[in-house]
Amino acid sequence: MVSLAELARERLAGRRLIYLCILLSVTVPMIWKISFKEHASPMVKNVFDQVESLPPGARVLLVFDFDPGTEPEIKPMSDAFTRHLCLKGAKLYCLTLWPTGPVEIDKVIRNVLTPEFPDYYYGADYINLGFVSGDEAIIAVALTSFQKAFPTDAHNISTSDTKRLPIMKWVENIRSFNLIIECSGGYPGLPEWIRYAAVPGGVPIVGGSVAVGTPELFPYVPDQCVGLLAGLKGAAEYEQLLLERYPLLERPECRVALDRMGPQTVAHLAIILFIIIGNGIYLSQKRRGRVGT
Amino acid sequence: MAVPRMITFTVATVLIVAMFVPPLEPIREEFSNFFNIIAAFAFVLGAASLLGVHWRRIRRRVRGWGYSIVCMASFLITLIVGLLKLGSPGGIGGSAIAEGSPFAWIFDYVFTPIDATLFSLLAFYVASAAFRAFRVRNAEATIMLVTAFLLLLGRTFLGNLVTAWLPPEMEPFELPNLVQWIMYVPMTAGSRAIMIGVALGTIATSLKIILGIDRPYLGGGK
Amino acid sequence: MTRRLIVAIIALTLLLMLLIRASSGAMVNPFMDYESLGKWVAAVLTLCTLSFLYSDNPFYRFCEHVLVGVTAAYWMVLGFWRTIVPKLLANVVPEIPAYFFNMDTPVTVSLIHRLIYCVPLGLGLLLLVRLHPRGRSISAWTLAFILGTTAGLRLFGHLEADFMAQIQNSITPLVSVAEGGFNLGRTFNAFLITGGLVCCLFYFYFSRDSDGALGRVSKFGLWILMLTFGAGFGFTVMGRIALLVGRVEFLLQDWLGFI
Repeated sequence: MVSLAELARERLAGRRLIYLCILLSVTVPMIWKISFKEHASPMVKNVFDQVESLPPGARVLLVFDFDPGTEPEIKPMSDAFTRHLCLKGAKLYCLTLWPTGPVEIDKVIRNVLTPEFPDYYYGADYINLGFVSGDEAIIAVALTSFQKAFPTDAHNISTSDTKRLPIMKWVENIRSFNLIIECSGGYPGLPEWIRYAAVPGGVPIVGGSVAVGTPELFPYVPDQCVGLLAGLKGAAEYEQLLLERYPLLERPECRVALDRMGPQTVAHLAIILFIIIGNGIYLSQKRRGRVGT
Repeated sequence: MAVPRMITFTVATVLIVAMFVPPLEPIREEFSNFFNIIAAFAFVLGAASLLGVHWRRIRRRVRGWGYSIVCMASFLITLIVGLLKLGSPGGIGGSAIAEGSPFAWIFDYVFTPIDATLFSLLAFYVASAAFRAFRVRNAEATIMLVTAFLLLLGRTFLGNLVTAWLPPEMEPFELPNLVQWIMYVPMTAGSRAIMIGVALGTIATSLKIILGIDRPYLGGGK
Repeated sequence: MTRRLIVAIIALTLLLMLLIRASSGAMVNPFMDYESLGKWVAAVLTLCTLSFLYSDNPFYRFCEHVLVGVTAAYWMVLGFWRTIVPKLLANVVPEIPAYFFNMDTPVTVSLIHRLIYCVPLGLGLLLLVRLHPRGRSISAWTLAFILGTTAGLRLFGHLEADFMAQIQNSITPLVSVAEGGFNLGRTFNAFLITGGLVCCLFYFYFSRDSDGALGRVSKFGLWILMLTFGAGFGFTVMGRIALLVGRVEFLLQDWLGFI
C-alpha cells in the first residue's frame, strides 16, 4: 500500500520531470538555431495584401494593446507591421489602451522606426499618442472626435496644434483613417476596436492576437475583420511574406518570430508526446481495471 | 437609493439615444470622457486599498508581513520616481516613461521580467495538464483531444511533412489544410454560437442594470 | 541541512562562473552601465520567479510582492499623467498643467466648461470616499455612473457586432454554385457552419429537457463545441509555449550571450 506522502513525492518528481523536458525542448533548439520555412495561410495573406495595397500617405491607426507578458507573441507582429507600413510610406498614428503599452510603442520607435527609417519624422510621418485610460469608452469618443479622446500626444503636445503636429491636420475622427491595425494581447483589444470603431465607423481593420484569444476572433473574419495573425505562428507567416516581398529585410531582427518557431515546433512535439504517453498509461490502467487514477 | 438608479438610467439612455439622435453626440462624448477620468481615479482607489491591506498586515505582524514591507517599498519607490519624474530627461514636462528615466528602468528591468516569467510558467503547467488530465474518457473528450492533437501537429513544420505523400486530388486532406478547415468551419460555428450567447447575456444584463432591476453598485442586490 | 548546504554551494559556484564570464566579456557585464545592470537584475528576477517550478520559496514570494507593488504604482502614475492631468486638470484648472508641468494645453477655458468638468472630479472623489467604511453608500453614485456608461456602450456594441452581424454572417447561400457548376466542398462547409451554429444554440437551450430529436440535435451541437474547445486548447498550448520561448531567449541571448 503506497502512503500519501510517497504518492505526493512521486507525483512531484513526475511533474518536475515534465517541466525539465519542456525546458530542454525549448532551450536545445534555440541553442542549435533550428528554424523552418513558413507557408502563409490565406488569412495571413489577406492581412498582408490589405497593408500592401495601401497608397503612399495612407493614414493608419496602429494600436499596441499588449504588455510584457504577451510581448513574445505580439511584438514580432507589431515590428513587422511597422516595417511594412513604413515601406509603403504610410502615416503612422501609434496609441494604446493598455497602461503597459507606451513602453512597447517606445521600443518600436527606438528599435525599428528611428534606425531603419531615418526619413520618417515625428509629427509629420508618425505620432505617438501614448496611453489614455477608459477602454471602450475612449474608442467611443474617438469615433466622433479624435482630439477629444487624445488631447495630447505622449510628449504632452496638444493634438490640436497642427503646426507642431501636421500629421493631425487631416484627422477628425476614426473615419479619417484608411486602416486600423490592432495588436491585441487581451482586453481591451481587437473585439472592442471591431465593435466600437471598425463596424460603426466603416473602417477596415486587421489584427494580431495572442494564440489564446484567437478562437473567439474567428467569427469576425472576414466580414468585420479583414484578417488575423494568430499568435507566434501568424507572426512568423507574416514575416515570411515580408521577406519574400522585400528581400532587403533579410536580417536577424526581421525574422524574430521565424527563429522562435523552431523551439515552438519542438515543444509542440513534446506536448503531443506527453498526450500520447498519458493516454497510453490511462488506457492500459483502464484495461487492467484500475480506472480513476 | 433612488439617486444611483437615476444616474445609471440617465447616463445609459443618453448614450443609447445619442446613437440615433446626432445632436446628442457632444453629451455622449462628454459622458465617455467622464468615464475615462473616473477610471483613472479607480487606479488611485486600487492602490490605496492595496496599501491599506498591506499596512494592516504589517501592523498586526501577520505571517509573511515582511513581504508586505517589500510590496509597500516597491510601490512607494515606483510612485515617487514616476509622479515626480525623477531623473527623467524631459523633466516634469516630458514623458513619464521617457527612455533613460529611472521609471522606465523599473518597468523594463523589474516589472517586465517578473510579469513575462509568470506568464511563461503557464507553459509548464499546460504540459503537465496535457500529460495528467487530457484523457479519452468519452466521445466528447476524444473529439476535443483529437482536435487539439491535429492543431498542435498541423501548425508546425512537421504538419507539412506528415501528409506530404498524399496525391494532389487529396490536397484538402493534407494536415495544414485540414487544420485550416477546422479553424474556418466547425470552430467558427462553435465560436459564433458562444459569441451570440454571450451577446444575448450582455444585452440582458445591460438592460437589467439600466432599468434598475439589477443594482450591483449597492453591493448586495437590495 | 546538508541538502541546503549543497544547494547553496552550487548556487555560489554558478554565480562565480557567471561573474568570471561577465568580466571576460563573454556576457553582459553588470557594472558597465545601467542597461547592463538592468539585464542582470532582470535575469535574477526571472530565475527567482522560475524557481516556483521547484517549490514555493521566499525568492518567488519576493518577486511576487515586488510585481504587485510596482504594477499598482505604474498604473497610478500613468493614470495621473495621461488622464487626470491632460483631461481633468486641463479642463478644470488649466493653469496648473500649462505653467507648472509645461504642458501644451489651452489656458483659456470658459467657466461653464470648468464647472462641467467638476462633475467627474466630484464623482472621482466620491469614489475615493469608498476607502472609509461609512463612504460606501455615497460612492454608489460613482459606481452607478460607471455601470450606466458601460451598460449603455456595451448594449449596442454587442448587439451590432456580436449579435446581428454574426447572424447576418451565418445566413449565407447553403448551396454553392461556382463558374464550374455545383461546388460540393463549399456547400458542405456552408451547411456545417449554419447547421453547426443552430445545433450549438439548441444545446444552450436549457428550458426544456434534451430528449428525442432535440436531444440528438443538442448532442451534435455539443460535439461542435468540443471541437471548438479542443482547438482552443491547442491555441492555448501554442500561446503559452511562445511566452516561454521569449523568456528563454532573453536568458540565453541578452544575458548569457550563448546565442
